[in-house]
Amino acid sequence: MSGGFTFEQGHSFEKPDDILLDRYYAEQRHVHVGDPISMLNRSWHIAGIVEPGKLAHIFLPIAVLQDLTGCTGKVSQVYLKVDNQSNLEAAFNQLKDKYVDFPIYTMQAFTSLVSVQNIPLLAGFINAVIGIGVVIGFAVVSLSMYMAVLQRTREIGILKSLGASNRFVLGMILAEALILGLGGTLFGIALSFASRYFMQHLMPASLPQAIVPIWWPIAGAIAMGAALLGALYPGMMAVKQDPIEALAYE
Amino acid sequence: MSENAIRIRGLRKTYRTGKVSVDALCGVDLEVPNGEFLSIVGPSGSGKSTLFHIVGGLTPPTAGEVVVAGLNVSTVGDRGRTELRRKHVGFVFQKFNLLPNLTARDNIRTALYISGLPSETFDPEFTRILDLLGIAGRLDHKPSEMSGGEQQRVAIARALATRPRILLADEPTGNLDSRNSLAVLDLLKDLNERLGQTILMITHNADAAAFGRRIVHMSDGKISPAN
Repeated sequence: MSGGFTFEQGHSFEKPDDILLDRYYAEQRHVHVGDPISMLNRSWHIAGIVEPGKLAHIFLPIAVLQDLTGCTGKVSQVYLKVDNQSNLEAAFNQLKDKYVDFPIYTMQAFTSLVSVQNIPLLAGFINAVIGIGVVIGFAVVSLSMYMAVLQRTREIGILKSLGASNRFVLGMILAEALILGLGGTLFGIALSFASRYFMQHLMPASLPQAIVPIWWPIAGAIAMGAALLGALYPGMMAVKQDPIEALAYE
Repeated sequence: MSENAIRIRGLRKTYRTGKVSVDALCGVDLEVPNGEFLSIVGPSGSGKSTLFHIVGGLTPPTAGEVVVAGLNVSTVGDRGRTELRRKHVGFVFQKFNLLPNLTARDNIRTALYISGLPSETFDPEFTRILDLLGIAGRLDHKPSEMSGGEQQRVAIARALATRPRILLADEPTGNLDSRNSLAVLDLLKDLNERLGQTILMITHNADAAAFGRRIVHMSDGKISPAN
């Protein structure tokens, strides 16, 4: 199913205490071929390191593992690969007929069991987290723009005394918010790459972090929209400000 | 171009705070011809700052007619007053009011940019004004790196950058020592005499007022009858 192991170092199982690791796990544990490794209350000999993406990070001979777990001759899961996609349904039905009491799933149905939509409350939880993020982002941007306008009351008064129109002052504040939103988006994207880099180097065998570029414009639109909306009130406040009072502001 | 840079008839200004009304100006009549250097002197509360603010288009009058550089400030509304500030008047304040994060050059360029004038380089005439003000070599310094006198000269340069018809100075020497005060007043006089710049300066200092060609006294929101 996985297309077989591709060995990056070492070889396949030769002795009962041989163990295979994928590259991610070997990097995380800082081990190499020939090193010992403790697992399941015994020491193993690392026989090979294989390319990642083979459904697991650690591999043991099935018979050895069955003995260790007291399940000799038994398996918990069997993956079947059909020769042709068009034969999938027929093969599936045939297996269901033959092994009536066994849970048998197509891979599509199996993966859907762990998808976001099928984990109770997860989709709602994620949406709630996104919503809280947007609200907090909006509040932070709004508050910082409010403070920025307040701190620059006198400067806004100076600009008005120089003949800056209301549109000029509002445009300046909104442009600043837009630049902050854009800068924040780019910084966030850069941070996602940084976090993936650190995860890959510090915990390479943990959950892989997917970076989805299709979300970038959505995230950018949320950030810049929130920044613009957040800056609108302080911007309007600045526009309405009396130039004489603004110039007298300390 | 009209004969008078400023013409004021029956100007009144009343500030209202809740139920309390304060008459800051009670019928001011004043004419300032082009090329005049007028000093308005008066004690605190005499209404000279209010007059300054109305002439500069910073606040509207309550009643009366105020025509500045041909623009009737009484009727133009907020947009018109903004245009007045942008094109026809330049301000010099007691506290300099330079943008603190910008260099002197960028402070001047900001005024040009807001007025829609080319701001990348200064034309030869304005360079001459900078030389006259003695700040040509200080343009790349920020206000915090300058003395009070230098800051005020930069403020004068900024006010003149757009070639306004009227330069309005509000206590321009109020934050300066006597040496710098004298230098700034000499400069204003020089600008008036050499460039024909119309200047309206308000001050409470009689010595400073003496630098103007004409002095007007204000008290209790009126031009003093003595004048």
